[in-house]
Order: sequence, then structure tokens, then C-alpha cells
Amino acid sequence: MTAPTSPLPVPDPGTDPAAYVDAAATLAGLPVDPAFRPGVVANMALAMKMAALVMGRPLPGAVEPAPVYLPPEVRT
Amino acid sequence: MIPGDLGVVATADLVRGGGASATDVARAALDRIAAGDGMLNAFTDVTADRALAEAAAIDAARARGEALGPLAGVPYAVKNLFDVAGITTLAGAAIERGKPPAARDGFLVRKMAAAGSVLTGALNMDEYAYGFTTENAHFGNVRNPHDPERSAGGSSGGSAAAVAGGLVPASLGSDTNGSIRVPASLCGLFGLKPTFGRLSRAGSYPFVASLDHLGPFARSAADLAAVYDACQGRDPDDPAQADRAPEPVSPLVGASIAGVRVAVADDHFARNGHAEAFEAVATVAGALRTKRTVTLPDAARARAAAFLVTNAEGANLHLPDLLARPQDFDPGTRDRLLCGALLPAGWVLQAQRLRRWFLDRALEVFREVDVILAPATPYSAPKLGQATVEVDGETIPVRPMLGVYTQPISFVGLPVLAVPLQRPGRMPIGVQLIAAPWNEAVLFRVAAALEADGVVSAHVSLPQA
Repeated sequence: MTAPTSPLPVPDPGTDPAAYVDAAATLAGLPVDPAFRPGVVANMALAMKMAALVMGRPLPGAVEPAPVYLPPEVRT
Repeated sequence: MIPGDLGVVATADLVRGGGASATDVARAALDRIAAGDGMLNAFTDVTADRALAEAAAIDAARARGEALGPLAGVPYAVKNLFDVAGITTLAGAAIERGKPPAARDGFLVRKMAAAGSVLTGALNMDEYAYGFTTENAHFGNVRNPHDPERSAGGSSGGSAAAVAGGLVPASLGSDTNGSIRVPASLCGLFGLKPTFGRLSRAGSYPFVASLDHLGPFARSAADLAAVYDACQGRDPDDPAQADRAPEPVSPLVGASIAGVRVAVADDHFARNGHAEAFEAVATVAGALRTKRTVTLPDAARARAAAFLVTNAEGANLHLPDLLARPQDFDPGTRDRLLCGALLPAGWVLQAQRLRRWFLDRALEVFREVDVILAPATPYSAPKLGQATVEVDGETIPVRPMLGVYTQPISFVGLPVLAVPLQRPGRMPIGVQLIAAPWNEAVLFRVAAALEADGVVSAHVSLPQA
């Protein structure tokens, strides 16, 4: 097992994600209807907990993302 | 009279031997669906005309003296995310309802037809496969045949209920985070999530391209093997399918398991659930005479990473509808998908890197053992509408927790066969048999041995409306 690298930024689960949801939705051009906003914010709070677990495990630089793109051969 | 508990292999033997016509078998299945599905709500489409036409073709082939396929005359049905020529691929979504019907069958449906099976319909599921209980705001809840007040699991809930209710002897479903293994556990069935890249997904409605798998449900290891074998085959239309020849497992059912190294997963897989889940694993471990344990390190992080990849990729797929018609989604799905569309990219990329890391850790474990045992679900079937459950002294949402043991495993694409334990007076519950990539064979050997010893089994229940 290769030694882990330095710590990654880890989201603080105490942070209220509402402002982020609003800003990210604006940036993405994906409006979130006020009626849906509480549910989206609650999901983002859950995603933050998941991200805290993922970002809490620093990985060696050699660990590449899992999906590998393989260009096919062109046959004529 | 064709009984509802007649299995895949027995049905094919009956039809091939002339004991019953495929048409009689198909009519009996359609009658069972007509009588039983009002209670279960497993089917969203019944393809009666097609079933009778496919059955008539089998009977005609037999009359001509032609060799019949291995699944000759076997009725089955598919989760409604499989393309079926002539009907709309719903993927559990009202949004899809107005779309044109599929022009041709998905790859696995074509393989099943080539093996002689008879398609009886399409099955209910969680919207866009994003759920574990098949409580669908558009198409209604699927009921568990063993207790209609309880969930059949999800997202392939219709696929499980149709088989456990004896409407059909086998079905096909999909599994991105546990959507075959969870309903197999809750309905007491055998279910296979093959190695990622084993079976073609072409002609099925995707959910998370980097995590989606397709696979079968049945009521015995031999039946599951027969359907899985029929589904194997190379398909250039699925870019994620591995370039491997079929590796049939049916001949291995009944083979010795001497020398197979088995261990129980500890750590993450030994907490987060109710005693019944761990008792089921202990029962299987005892039958296999193993006291060995192994650790899949960082499994909770792997589950979290699967959650993020699912959230982001699932959202990306539905961006046009999230923009144009968010009100038309199931509310629970919509809020999850809108969140997924806004996740920071760094989290998702790190999650994909963690996938590589966790796979390497799992491969290290498989140098020492051949099969890992883990619970399939943290508890048996919850009540429909149940919102929370107590686990380890905490009250938590019941639905997402159902995937706590399946998500880390599918995240790295390992093959899993869920085996069912029947418990008189209680709901069934499943155990995951987990192997190294491409080693489905050992799973079928072990599942069949457990079945032969009476440790695992599936049975039909059908409550009256």
C-alpha cells in the first residue's frame, strides 16, 4: 500500500450549504424553484457528509480515476 | 396445470420434453399475472400478445423437430428500463411516458429470446432507478409478496416481487448501487450482480454509466445460472463491456466447493445493521465452516464515493429535464438530482480516484480468499412508507441505509450473488457472496452448495387481494 499524501480540503459538515446551492445553481444556469430548495439543500448537506469521508482519505498521486478511456483502433 | 413455483430449468425441461406446450405455460403465467398483480403492482406493461406469439413459435419449432433453446418456453419479465420493442421504456418515470416506443429489444432481451424464453411484460421500479424501496409516485408502490404491507426493495422491486410472487420464474433487473441485491434480500430470492462489464447494458435506460450493471433474479441457483448463461455474449454496442468470451456457470451448479476459501467481511460490514443481518451471515459462515474474517478497508469511504459518483452522473443524464420540467419528477428523485447537478467537481473526481484505491485494496484481500460473505441489507423488508429506522442507537432514514453493504461492492464492480435465508414467521433476508472480478463461477458453486444443504432457499408467496 503506497503511503498517503498530504491532507485534502475536507468540508465541515456544520456548514450550511444553502448559500452554496443558490450560488452554484446561478452559476450553472439551473434555477432551483423555491419549493424544491429545502430538499436540494438537505441533499447537499448529506453530500457534504459523504464528501467529508471521501476527502478524508488522501491518495497517492499515482492513483488515477477509475474509468480508463481507451481509443479504439480505426479499421479500414 | 402449471404451478406458479415451477422454476426456470424445470419449465424448460417440461416444454422440451413435451410435457406441456409453451403456449400453455405462457397462458398460465399470464393468468397468474392477471390474478396476482393487482396486489403486487409489479407490472407496468403486460406483453400478452408477444408472450403468446413467442410461445407459439417455440411450439411450432418443436413440432418441426427443431432443437429448442435452453430456456424454451420459460416466461420472464424485465424491469421497465429495458428496451422492449413496441413499448415505451419508462425507467419508472412519468416523464418518459409520452416518448415513442422502443424500436427494438435491448441486448439482453434479444439474448433471452434467442434462448427460447417468453417475455410477459415490463416491471415497476424506482424512478430512474434512484431508490431502494420501489415506492414510485407515478406508478405506485410494489408490494412484497411475503407481506404486502412491506417493501419489495428497489430499485428493481417489480423484478423481485414478480418472481417471489410466483408470477414468473425469473426476471431481469439492474444494479448500480444494490438494486438487484437489495430486492433479492427483501423478497428472499437469488439475485446476481455480475462483474462490471460482463453483461451488455445496450438497450437499457442508463442511470450511472460508470456503475450500472444488469443481472437476473430467480428462485434457485440453477435457475439463476440458466438465465445468466443465456444473457452472456459480446455486444459492441456497450462500450463498457469487457472483451471476454462467455463463461457458462450452469455446469458448475453442484460442483464441489472443497478448497474454496471463504471469509466474513468485518469492520463496516459487521456494524450499521440489525442483528438479523449478522445472524444470516453467521448462519452461512457456519454452514461453510469458516470462522475467518477479512477487512475491506475504507468501505464506508467507498460507499460515500459511490454516493457522490451516482449523484453527479445521474444528475448529468437528466439535466435537460431538470431544467425544463423539474416538477414532473418524483419529488425525492428530483431533489437528489438537482443536488447532484451542483456538486463540486473535486469531490466527484476524488471519488473516482478512491474507486481505484478501494479496488486495489479489495484485490489484495482476494489473494487470500475466494469468497467474502457480507450482509445484503442491514435489515429485512421495512414497511411501505416507513421513514426511519434505528441502527446502532441512532435514528436514520430507512431507504438510503438499505444500500449500506451493497454500495461499496458494486462501486468496484465485484461480482455478487445474493442468497436468501428463509426464517419461519419472519421476513427473509439475504447474504452477499462476493468474489474477485470475473469469478462468478465460484459464487454459483458456493450458492448451489448452500442450497443443497438447505441453508438458503427461495419460496413463492402470493397474498390474496
